[in-house]
This record gives sequence, structure tokens and C-alpha cells, in this order.
Amino acid sequence: MGWIGESVDSIKSLQFRQVLTQVVSLGMIVTSALIIWKGLMCFTGSESPVVVVLSGSMEPGFKRGDILFLHMSKDPIRAGEIVVFNVDGREIPIVHRVIKVHERKDTGEVDVLTKGDNNFGDDRLLYAHGQLWLNRHHIMGRAVGFLPYVGWVTIIMTEKPIIKYILIGALGLLVVTAKD
Amino acid sequence: MHSFGYRANALLTFSVTILAIMCTMGSLSDNFNNPTPTSEVQVLNINWFQKQPNGNDEVSLTLNVSANLQSMFTWNTKQVFVFLAAEYETPKNNLNQVSLWDGIIPSKEHAKFWIHTTNKYRFTDQGSNLRGKDFNLTLHWHVMPKTGKMFEDKIVMTGYRLPQEYR
Repeated sequence: MGWIGESVDSIKSLQFRQVLTQVVSLGMIVTSALIIWKGLMCFTGSESPVVVVLSGSMEPGFKRGDILFLHMSKDPIRAGEIVVFNVDGREIPIVHRVIKVHERKDTGEVDVLTKGDNNFGDDRLLYAHGQLWLNRHHIMGRAVGFLPYVGWVTIIMTEKPIIKYILIGALGLLVVTAKD
Repeated sequence: MHSFGYRANALLTFSVTILAIMCTMGSLSDNFNNPTPTSEVQVLNINWFQKQPNGNDEVSLTLNVSANLQSMFTWNTKQVFVFLAAEYETPKNNLNQVSLWDGIIPSKEHAKFWIHTTNKYRFTDQGSNLRGKDFNLTLHWHVMPKTGKMFEDKIVMTGYRLPQEYR
């Protein structure tokens, strides 16, 4: 019980100037995280520069919980690249490999077919009804880098929100009660 | 000042920093590797060659693929994804890439291989341009690292031609 008492005392003993400093430093943490994220968006040209692999369809290359770094350049899409795409009517983007490319001579528009390395057939069953090909506007980026396991943090937080709230609460308390 | 929380925090920050540096160095060390892979592909047979009811040409091939990709394995290599694509130009499209066969090589011991196979994915054109068509067979590989940057490259093999008539 002594710990709680000390905490309460420390909250009581806070002075206005100290509270202000803590609010500012908390604001700094939040804004710098935001700056890093937006900076990455600018730098990579992709609206979501980092994605977490959610399914096992690219195993053994990418497992659930791995992190992929995306890049979206003007370079044409070629077979073999791992792209992240959105299908109309599906909320969650999919990370799969391009196996067929047909690039138009006059317009430069591409028809692309994808497949997960671990799936038996191609992705036409995943596409919208009657859709045979993906086009440029479906594709959000291509994977250029890889970091294992780190994505489990977000998967756990999404699936067990209680852990998220406990973590945020604990961190907030720590910031408020920290002496310096 | 030197409370338990403070020390735990310092230790955690330090270990994460070291881990990040080690991962970065591991990924960067891949740049020192200059792979010299070799590959040879023979088209053994045209099994059948026809126009589908929707007007697209489709062909079935029997292929003999041999390759030695051992030189691209480093300590940071998790696996190599390798695939063989037919690449050709048509009046409508300036590039058509159709994957015919692919495979995952999990280790250096398996990187020298020889395979006799029919095309795993359908070799279908957009339209009816495949009769007498010259095409390249390109062996692409994508090196998937244990951590860090992915690498890719290819060997283009030229001088393949489809028959003039359906069969």
C-alpha cells in the first residue's frame, strides 16, 4: 500500500510548472512519432510505409507477425515483386507476389496477376467478383525490406485490446509520476 | 536516480539498440556478396497449343530447368524464391511476363538443382499472338533475408520460338 500512498503524495506535490513540463514532454513524444510516420510516408511514397503480415499465405518467406517496409515508386511493376494491394470490397490489404504482367503499349496501364507463395492457386478467387487482373491503382506499394517478429506487438494489441489499455495506462501513470 | 525502473529502462534501450545495429550490419553485409549463378533451360516439348474459346492463345510446354544458385546464399539468407518467366512483346503489349514455374530454395544444399516439369501456371496470352512468337525465358530470383533488404536479379535466356501452327 506504501507504493500507492507515495504515488498519491507525488501527484499531490506536483506544482503547476512541473505539470506543464510533463504535458509538453508528452506532446513531444506524440508529435515526434507522428512526424516520423508522416516523414516515412513522404520518403517511401506509400500511404502505409510499414505493414504487418497477418496471414500465412507467403510462408515460409513471411510469417504472421513479420514487418514489411514498402516503397511506392514510379517504376513499372514486374513479375516476382511482392506487392501490397487493395481489392474493391475488402478492407484488409493483401501482400502477395506478382506472377503475370501484361503492360499496354499505348497507355502503359498494367494487368497484374498475383499469388501467395504458400497458396495452391492464383488470387483470382480473392479478387472482386469477375475481376481477372489487378491494375496500378489497386497496388499500394512493393515490399523492399523485412523485419521478423516485431509486428506481433500490433497483432496482440489489436486482438487483445485490454493489454493496450493497460500499457497506455501504465505509461501515462509513469509519465505523470516521474520526478525528472 | 538509480532506481530499478531506471536501470531496467536503460538495459532495455541498450539491448534494443544493439539488436538494431546488428540487424543493420547483417543486412549491409549482403552487399559484399557478388553472386555468380548459372542456369540453363531447354524446351523439350510443346504438349499442346491452341486457341481458347475466348480467343486467347494457350500453350503447354515441357521444360528442363537446371541452375546453380549456391553463390547467392549468405549468412543472412532465409530462402531464395526462384521462378522462370516467359517474356515477349506483342502488338498490343510492350511487355508480357508469364510465370511458368517457381520454387523456393530453403538452403544452399538445395541451390544446385535440375528439374523436369510442365509449366506450373497456364501460359496464356492476352489475345492470339503466340503462333511463331519468339520469346525469352528469364530466370528471376528474389533473395529473402533473415532481416533487412531484399535482393533480386535475373538471367535472360534468348532464342526460344513457338511453332507456327496450333497442335
